[in-house]
This record gives sequence, structure tokens and C-alpha cells, in this order.
Amino acid sequence: MHSPESERQVVRFSRLERVLHIIMIVSFISLALTGMTLKFSYTGWANVLSRILGGYESAGYIHRIAAVFMFGIFFSHLYNVLIRKRKEAGSLRGLLLGPDTMLPTKQDLREFIASIKWFLNLGPRPEYGRWTYWEKFDYFAVFWGVFIIGSTGLMLWFPEFFTQFMPGWFINVATIIHSDEALLAVGFIFTVHFFNTHLRPEKFPMDLVIFTGRVPLEEFIEERPREYEALKKSGELENMMADPYPPIVLRTVKVFAWTALSLGFLLIVMIIYAMVFAYR
Amino acid sequence: MKTIPVLPAIRRRTIMALFLTIVLGGVALGQDNSDCFTCHEDKSLTTERRGKTVSLFVDQAIFLKSVHADLSCVTCHVDLEGKEMPHGVPVAPVVCGTCHTSEEELHKESLHGKAVARGDALAPNCQSCHGSHAIARAKSAESAVSPLRIPFMCGRCHQEGTRVQRERVILQSHILENYSESIHAEGLMRRGLVVSANCASCHTPHFILPHTDPRSSIARGNIAATCTVCHAQIEDVHRKVIKGALWEKEEHVLPACVDCHQPHKARKVFYDQGMADQDCMRCHANPSIRSSADGRSLAVKSDTLAQSKHQKISCSQCHAGVNASRHRPCETIAQKVDCSSCHAEVGQQYQGSMHGKLIANNDPNGPTCKECHGSHEVKGRTDSSSPIFALNIPRLCGKCHQEGKKAAMRYTGSEHEIVNHYTESIHGKGLLKSGLTVTATCSDCHPAHNVRPISDPASSVNPENVPVTCGRCHHGIQEQFVQSIHSTLKHKTDKKLPVCNDCHSAHTIRRTDIAGFKLDIMTKCGQCHEKIATTYFDTYHGKVSQLGYTQTAKCYDCHGAHDIRPVADPQSHLSHDNVVGTCQKCHPGATRRFAGYLTHATHHDPDKYPFLFWTFWGMTGLLIGTFVLGGAHTLLWLPRALQMRRERRRRLEKKNQESKNDNA
Repeated sequence: MHSPESERQVVRFSRLERVLHIIMIVSFISLALTGMTLKFSYTGWANVLSRILGGYESAGYIHRIAAVFMFGIFFSHLYNVLIRKRKEAGSLRGLLLGPDTMLPTKQDLREFIASIKWFLNLGPRPEYGRWTYWEKFDYFAVFWGVFIIGSTGLMLWFPEFFTQFMPGWFINVATIIHSDEALLAVGFIFTVHFFNTHLRPEKFPMDLVIFTGRVPLEEFIEERPREYEALKKSGELENMMADPYPPIVLRTVKVFAWTALSLGFLLIVMIIYAMVFAYR
Repeated sequence: MKTIPVLPAIRRRTIMALFLTIVLGGVALGQDNSDCFTCHEDKSLTTERRGKTVSLFVDQAIFLKSVHADLSCVTCHVDLEGKEMPHGVPVAPVVCGTCHTSEEELHKESLHGKAVARGDALAPNCQSCHGSHAIARAKSAESAVSPLRIPFMCGRCHQEGTRVQRERVILQSHILENYSESIHAEGLMRRGLVVSANCASCHTPHFILPHTDPRSSIARGNIAATCTVCHAQIEDVHRKVIKGALWEKEEHVLPACVDCHQPHKARKVFYDQGMADQDCMRCHANPSIRSSADGRSLAVKSDTLAQSKHQKISCSQCHAGVNASRHRPCETIAQKVDCSSCHAEVGQQYQGSMHGKLIANNDPNGPTCKECHGSHEVKGRTDSSSPIFALNIPRLCGKCHQEGKKAAMRYTGSEHEIVNHYTESIHGKGLLKSGLTVTATCSDCHPAHNVRPISDPASSVNPENVPVTCGRCHHGIQEQFVQSIHSTLKHKTDKKLPVCNDCHSAHTIRRTDIAGFKLDIMTKCGQCHEKIATTYFDTYHGKVSQLGYTQTAKCYDCHGAHDIRPVADPQSHLSHDNVVGTCQKCHPGATRRFAGYLTHATHHDPDKYPFLFWTFWGMTGLLIGTFVLGGAHTLLWLPRALQMRRERRRRLEKKNQESKNDNA
């Protein structure tokens, strides 16, 4: 039985994408908490946190297991993209250069300029499409992060292997890059990303779309008019409509999301404390 | 009692001399003494002997006064018998033993004779003591061996500074000096008592043997016999120690005369006759006996003394100055017990110690001997009931050095709660919990009689001496340490170098394999190596340590603990040849390149570590740039987002209103 037409929702994220994001949240927070205890080992909270996580050895195992998951997510997604390439666009070229591409386009540049104008009250809200430029930025930030943090992380994990063909001080360089890039990632994800995608005032207290994959049609029309028009024109919209999740699922999702958000914010507070009041 | 046959020998000797004179005298008629004196009365007659000019003059007048005046020259110079005059040189040495057979035999067996047989140039032969042509009758005052002359005759060799004393093993020192102040010398030399003992009285004239030889007159078993030659009735007055004849029967359990009356040494204390302990105990056994001056109890329990270390020492040996002729012999005692009259060396140490100096300054806080050792009950340190038994020492010292007690109150240094800390330390636990009596207790580091303040260069705990003090037990560590860069022997510097207690502390020494110590040691190193410790904490090893975990490289894992050497030293753990091995202790696959990891790297030093410096600032730039862009974007967006929220809410309200109206 279908819900009333007015309550039906547009599906924006596939099940795999949502599952990967949930795993990524767990993995990312685990990496951040365990890693930051080491980075800010001179603070009291790092000591307490390290004890809670079962000591530095246990924290180290958590960090590495989470890293393996992160790599898993990364490659699962790439694999998924290749599968979808065949189903949806037929070719990689079609996928990368189609209207719903994740790659930056001229349209993104135009929307970016229009957005700034809108922010400054110099124009209307741009008619965003399937992916906005900030979403694309976040998406590629993950690629960058996994590459930079992942590669240096492997060097720190297997220094005996890497120093067979690299000088020892590369490990020192890798430490700095790994640690500072991680600080950037944690800082950006737990502030800008949280705001941009989940916590925006108009969506406050939380945009659940990444967990449910669904967005109410009305909001969809308002937020992404360009995509809505395109879908309506091609008649695809009807195929993308689904019933909302029952309240119990939403409640569970909310508990999880709030936990993750709280941990993220807590970590930001602790990092700011460490850097401002205890920096060495 | 053993007797040494002397008397019969004199008779034999006389008979022998007469016989020789009669038998040989006739034969040697052509060789009258006057023939010899024809040449030998010439004062300028000399010969060369071993490169020295030796006079061959013989004073006929003196010879005729000598005990051998009746003998002809050839009686002794037997090799010249029947020789053409003037005879050639060399002349064979005179053998006194031809007549003096028994003396010769005794001398041959003695220390002196054996030295002669060895060819020892310093060994005395007959002439060394008796002279040659001038030998006088032993009893006469002119004799070189008359009682009054013997001390000086023996003293020619046996006094300080002589070659014999310096170059041969002589166990006694200042022999002549000590003797000359002794009661025997007083009798002999000041009062002219020729019966008073001289050297030969105790050592015998010819049969001088070491005291370890059981035949010796000064062997332990023979001492009583030797002394009782003169002190024949001494056994009757030494009541406590000898009980009659016990001295000779059980000489091994009883003190020999010299145990109390030391040989040669000056005796200022005169052991009055009749001063046996039982005389003292007539009064002091009474439990209610008190001092008339200050009312303190003067009672002595005889069994206390009997169980003490001093059970064989009589009262008057410690309580010196008694006068046996008084009814109360002790009333002449003027001084307190002075333990150093026997324990001289210890007493001297004590004088120089902190404790001794306090007493010298009449400070009431200073401990005397009895504060630690007790008085009549004094026991050895191996007796577990003794206050100076290892297990009891912390309590003993704590009587004054515990917090709040008198020594702790006046102390101004940095060590506090000494006794409590010690008890919790590895030494204290070893001693008091594990009962290991070999564990260091107070007196092992602060020598019991030589406790000195840390600032005293002679103090065992002065930084210069600490390695030696600790090394008395931890010798292997000391050997490593003195070769290390921290040793003042190896490293000349104005800076203060650390010694054992700078890292291990003094009274709170912990096991080095517990986490607390392992983590603390980094702060300890960091007290001097400030920069290098800070940069260490920038690395993975340092960060893990800082989180409170020990399973990562700490200072000593790479540098060593007691054997830290400069990196240029091939024996250093970090030398070119050893560094890879050092890394491999934790990283089995470590290679030479791996060892290139910068264990004290910092990204704050552009000169030393430019790569790290620029990497850090590159990353920081990226971070700041990203945040500025992202942050600005978000902040600019915020007003619009709030606006959208308001509009959406208004729309929703309107919709609700409409649907309400519809329902209505």
C-alpha cells in the first residue's frame, strides 16, 4: 500500500551508498579518536581516551582495522562505479561526462559564482542539480584523503618494509603528513561537512537523507529544481519515488547519527582545547 | 710448660773450650797469639772486601778482657791453623757453633738463621749481636747483649725506618718506640731493673720464631709459659679469666696475656690486681643501685653481659681508671667509657663523622657509641637481636631520622620521609619484606661510623663517591658506568654529571622494570637533556610513552642505561656498527636505512630538518587554506540558510492553517 502522494519521497542514494557511508562514519570516527590520542598525547584527555580505548596497543589495532575498512569502502565504491557505468551510462565516458557526473563542470563554476551572489543577497538561489559543487568537493576530498593519509599510514604501519627502498627520514615526513592531513580531514568533516550536508539551518536538526536515501518531494523540488525538471521531463521521477521509512527506523537512524555527530563535535572541542590551551 | 735447654749447654761449652785449648794449644805452639798481633796490632792494617776497605786491626787490650781471652786466635780462625805467616786472604768465616753447638742449632732453626741460610744480606749472624773480638761475659754490663743494651741492639734493625722494617714482613710497627714506653721498659730503663723483660725475655735470644710457629715462645699456646717465667703468680690474681690453671690447659678458649696486654704497645691503663668482675657485681648486681649524682640506675645484670659480644671483657677494661687499692675501686674513675681504646680505627672514623662532630661540639643531639650499640648488652651485627643487625638498622636510624624526630628536624636538605620512603623502596622491601639481610640498609650507603654530609668530599654519598658506594654491591653497573659518558673519569666538563641517585633517587629507589620508573626516567634524562627530550616527545616513541605506555623505545632502550657512550665511540649502542642492532631489538626487520629514522626529529628546526619543517608548514598552509575557504563559504551561507528555514516554517504554518480551515 502506497502512502498518500504528498508524503512520497525521492530516493537520492542507493542502499550500497548508504551502507558504505554508515561504515565510513564508524571507520572514520574510530580512526579519528584513536589517532588523535596519539597526536595530542600531551593532553589529559588523550591519556583518558587512550585508557578508554584499551591502551595504545589496543587503540593501534582499532586504528588499523578501521583503516582496512576505509580502504574497503574506497574500493567497494570504485567497483560500484564501474558496475553502474555499464548499467546506467554504458561507458565510463558517459558516466564521467553525463549530466549527473561527479566531476567538476563549468556548470559547477557558474553555480559557485551564483551561490556567492546569493549569499551576498545579489541574486536568487541557484537551481542546483543532482550534485552541488560542495558535494563534489567533499566527494573528492575523500579521494585525496584516502590517498594521502592511506599511503603515509601504510608507511607508518610497515616501516621495516618501506625503508628497504626509502630513507629512514621518509618515515618522519610521513608522520607529519599523515597527522596533519588527518587533522585537516577531521576538522573539515566535523565542521564544514556537518554543516553543509546535515546541519544546515533549513534542515535543522538533521538531514537524514544520507541514512534513509530519501528526501520529501517538496524539499527536493525546492533544493534541486534543475534535477527535478530534468527527471520530470525524462519521466524518470516516478521510478525514483518510494515510501518513507517507518518511524522506528528513523528513530534508530537518528540515535546513530546523533551519536556520531556528538563524537565528532566532542573531538573538535578537544582538538581546539589541545591546540589553543595546551599546544607544544 | 716447655723449657728450652740452656743451662746444660753452658757446661758443655766450657768443657769443650778447655779441651780445645789443651789439645790444640800444644800443636799450635808455633802460632802464638803474639804472632798474630805482630801484624794485627797495626791500626792501619786494612784489606779490600766486596769493594770496601775493612780494618784488620784487633785491639789486644780489649781482646784480653773478653770472655775469649784465654783462647788462641786459631781456635776460632781454624783455617789459619799451621799456615805460613803472614797468611793470605780471604780468611774463612768464624764458626761459633764449633763450641756453641746448641745456640748454633737454635739459631739455624730460627727466623734469623733461616734468613742467613737464604743469603739475606740483612740477616744477623752471631757477630751482629755479640760482636767479635770484644765479646764480654753476658752477665757483665759491658756485654753487647746485657739486658739494658738488648732493646737498642735489637732496635738497630727493629725500629721504624730501618731496612728490615721497610723491606721485610714485620707484623708489628714502632716496636722499639712502643717498647720503650711500656711498663717493661720503664722497669728496665728508668728503674734499672735488669730482671725486667727485654726483647730476649719473650722472644728468646737464639730461637726467634714467628708467632704462628707452635714452637715459638710467642705462639698462642706458649705465651702463658713465656710470661709466667716472670709473672709466676699471675694466675692467682687473674681470677675471672683463668680460674687457676685454665690458661695453660685451654689456651684456645681463654684470652692470652697479649690479648689484653698488647705486645710492645704502651699501656696507659694499668690493670689493677684484683679487679675482677665479681668485685664490681658485689654492688652493681643490686637492682636498686642508683647514681648519687643524677639518680640513674647503675644496676648491671650479669647475664646481659654474659650474652653480649663483650662477654670475655672485664668491667675494668671499659670502665678504665679503677684503683684496686680502694674499697670502692671505681671511685677513681674519672672518664666515661671510651670504646676507642680498643676500637681505635672505628673511633678515629667516628671523630671525623657528622655524629662525632656533633658530640665534639657538645651537641645533645649527637649519638655516641651506645646510642646505636647499647652498653652492657652490646651485640655483634650478625646477632639478630642486636640493634645493628641489618633488619633492625632502619628502625635504629629512624629513632632520630624519622620525620619529626630530632635529626630530621635539624636537617635542611631535600630528602624527606626518609625512613618511610626507604621502607617502600626496593632496598627497604628487599630487607623488610623479603628479609634479605644483604640488601642495602642505611649503613651500607652511609657507613655506620663515617656518616658525613653530602657536601663533604670524603662522604660516601658525595656525588664523586656515589658510584663507588653503590658499586660496592652493584659492581657490574659501576664498571659500566665509569666507562660511560656520564662518568667524571671519562668526560671532563663544567656541567654537573649525573650519578646513580640522580636517576634512581636516594631513598625511593624502585624496581627498574615497573612502568612508573620506566616513564619517570624520561623526565630524569630530560632534566639535563631538555631539548632532546622535547623533540623525542614529538615522535611516535615519545607520544606513546607520553600516553603512559612502556612498550616503546625510551631513552635507555637506544642509548643504554649505565653504558651510555658518545655516538662516535664504537662501543656505543648507537655507533655506526651497533645502531641497526639496537633498532632490531624491537624492529626485527630493521635495516641500515630504517636506522635513518630521526628519533629526535622536530618540525620546528628549519636548519637541521628542512624537509620536516617545510612539510609541516606545507600541510599547515593546506589546512589553513581549506578551512578559510570552507569556513567562509559556510559562514556566508548561514544567513541564507536561516532565511530559507524561516520561509519554510512560514509556508508550513500557512499550509496547516489552510488545512485547518478546510477541515473547519
